[in-house]
Amino acid sequence: MAEYESHDYDVVVIGAGGAGLRAAIEASARGARTALVCKSLLGKAHTVMAEGGVAAALGNVYPEDNWQVHFRDTMRGGKFLNNWRMAQIHAQEAPERVLELEEWGALFDRTPDGRILQRDFGGHRYARLAHVGDRTGLEIIRTLQQHAVHRGIDVFMECTITKLTKDGNRVSGAFGYWRESGKFILFKSKAVVLATGGIGKMYSITSNSWEYTGDGQSLAARAGADLIDMECIQFHPTGMVWPLSVRGILVTEGVRGDGGTLRNSTGKRFMFDYIPPMFAKETADTEEEADRWYTDKVNARRTPDLLPRDEVARAIHYEVKNGRGSPHGGVLLDIATRRDEDYIKRRLPSMYHQFKQLADVDITKEPMEVGPTCHYIMGGVRVEADSAQTTVPGLFAAGEAAAGLHGSNRLGGNSLSDLLVFGKRAGEHAAAYAAGLAAQPAVSEEEIDLEAREVLGGFDSQGTENPYTIQRELQDSMQALVGIIRVEEDLQQALVKIAELKERSRNVGVEGNRQYNPGWHLAIDLRSMLMLAEATTKSALERKESRGGHTRDDYPTAVKEWESRNVVSRLQADGSMSVTVESKPEMPPELQQLFEEG
Amino acid sequence: MPTAHLRVWRGEDDGDYYEYDVEYGEGMVVLDVVHLLQAHQAPDFAVRWNCKAGKCGSCSAEVNGQPRLMCMTRMNTFIPGETITIAPLKTYPLIRDLVTDVSYNYEIAQTIPELKPRPREADGTHRMGQVDIDRGQEFRKCIECFLCMDVCHVIRDHEENKREFAGPRFFISLANVAMHPLDTNPQSALLDPAFGLSYCNITKCCTEVCPEGIHITDNGIIPMKERSIDRWDPLRKIFGGSR
Repeated sequence: MAEYESHDYDVVVIGAGGAGLRAAIEASARGARTALVCKSLLGKAHTVMAEGGVAAALGNVYPEDNWQVHFRDTMRGGKFLNNWRMAQIHAQEAPERVLELEEWGALFDRTPDGRILQRDFGGHRYARLAHVGDRTGLEIIRTLQQHAVHRGIDVFMECTITKLTKDGNRVSGAFGYWRESGKFILFKSKAVVLATGGIGKMYSITSNSWEYTGDGQSLAARAGADLIDMECIQFHPTGMVWPLSVRGILVTEGVRGDGGTLRNSTGKRFMFDYIPPMFAKETADTEEEADRWYTDKVNARRTPDLLPRDEVARAIHYEVKNGRGSPHGGVLLDIATRRDEDYIKRRLPSMYHQFKQLADVDITKEPMEVGPTCHYIMGGVRVEADSAQTTVPGLFAAGEAAAGLHGSNRLGGNSLSDLLVFGKRAGEHAAAYAAGLAAQPAVSEEEIDLEAREVLGGFDSQGTENPYTIQRELQDSMQALVGIIRVEEDLQQALVKIAELKERSRNVGVEGNRQYNPGWHLAIDLRSMLMLAEATTKSALERKESRGGHTRDDYPTAVKEWESRNVVSRLQADGSMSVTVESKPEMPPELQQLFEEG
Repeated sequence: MPTAHLRVWRGEDDGDYYEYDVEYGEGMVVLDVVHLLQAHQAPDFAVRWNCKAGKCGSCSAEVNGQPRLMCMTRMNTFIPGETITIAPLKTYPLIRDLVTDVSYNYEIAQTIPELKPRPREADGTHRMGQVDIDRGQEFRKCIECFLCMDVCHVIRDHEENKREFAGPRFFISLANVAMHPLDTNPQSALLDPAFGLSYCNITKCCTEVCPEGIHITDNGIIPMKERSIDRWDPLRKIFGGSR
């Protein structure tokens, strides 16, 4: 029998980034006994790294802006694979969620008349991102963290959940271990909210931290929930490329929003060569018009530097591939020749700092070298739009762990607003669901014993495989074979490699004891990463077209019929992932109309 | 590839420094070398880290006696061949290797008064000038790396003072609420002596190590001390008056 401590709650929220914190705040405010469980210390979650801003049609800078325009931008950016209802709710509720943060102490940058300032970002028709310089994520997490602390929510820090328990078809709890002691812990809970973020750690070049091992998606899949669109991964166009040790670290889109431009090795502003027909009408085709747009949005069209991220990432990829890259295999991002030193330091202080300290580059004097980096997964746990409930009763998901809002490509700034809008909804509906259950659902001892044995397996085995080596090989394969540009042959090859790594991961050995042991933690996380790598690769094979973050060299165009189809991944009894294609909800005519108006 | 000679703390309070040679690549930072150590020689080496870009404040340690973020400390800042000693933060009880028990921070955070904002304007907004929030934004740059707490001599060598001293990070939290343009909470202006501001004798060690360049002493602690004197000066209590 496994030894463990046990706790009883109405709602357990897993993950304490923006979505998890907002969900916990809401569940608690609605009277649910709420626990917040996170792998790192409170306040260190990935949200802290978000830079540019939070998208909300406040209309402070352009009164013409409203939820309909934001909705339209989000759908077009996602190449219409989005769940329309999520996109509608998101656009409608984001402004109030941002204003609410201000009530809780957030200090956004201001307009001259004292309201929240908004900045330009890719794919957003109007300057829409509320921001704090280039450290907006920090502001949001700190605000939510302080607010949550004063609500008396129980926080379990450095605690990793490895398994959701079920009573019949309902979720009944969450089981895991304390990182510090390695001891087991069980949360019996009526409802569980997954807010665990993404999967970036299965790629070698990524802006994501060690935590992004797909915990939520794999917990959901193992509990029998559906995942959708796992092939839709965003490669942010501008990560650092040099020195190698910092490759992948994010360079905010705010650099381009504030006047920066992309150039190739010949000095050419190459984005003018990559304007897709879908955005041609609203994109400047001369440098003069593009530069004028920063100050005159009425008579000039937007710069192609700010096309949606998938377009820019692909363009950079092709420039480098065709021999027009920078010395270290990226392209040049130039703000030094376009804005003065004071402006750059005021608007982009952490970019200035980051390049100065890590790369010896002064961005007020020299261009930055940048290239695509794995940044975000649009796919994830399938949820019902209004309630954020997954296909398993009592199990909810929000933020990056959930899928649907962003379709096949997310617009910058729509992640922070996603966290707030759907974090709140997940907390609200989880609390309501829990209130509707008379008794605590049951947890099976057998299920827990089985999980405990599996988690401790690496200690007992005579395993010879090093978990770090397996992760490195997975990352290299995914990067090379399931990266920004994909073809059938590579994807098939990736599946063979993943199968090999799955087999080898059974033979992982763990050194040391259970107390704060990163090697052991990684050995456990490999299970999720390998499962989701398989889901992503199989889904990428299934979607025989190119759309948003999913680009197939052998099917290079978007196919109309695929616009209405989700690729659904489900875990099979033998541990493999199956994929099927299902049609997604159709947009009602009144919303369709928004696109016909242009 | 160059080789780093590391001397790192291993184990708990009864642990010791262990020496490792680690080959590393161009442009690397200390945290990269620690990761290489984990991947090839010491898989169970305990260390906290998250963003690896100086934004989350997780990988704090004492590198050659200096409190540093390991992700922002480049290897080329050391003399080639120099032994690099990496130790856990001394202010906090040790758990294992470089990981310390920082629960003290979270206990204090709960005692910081909460912002109580004035009502919104008629149009549903809050109006604040950029100039009015510049100072608050400076305080809010804090990434909670707790290097300031590590160097603060009031608590670094005096466990007993932790009961009555909030520490530099939290003086900044207090100042943030007290100087917030929207705040109406009488508690935040009160500045309870229980936070122990008077223990600070303005040596500015905290300001020197802040990776975000926050002027902890000049812009946070000193103005708060001035308010505290206004509030708690016994002569003022007797004779009244305020500045």
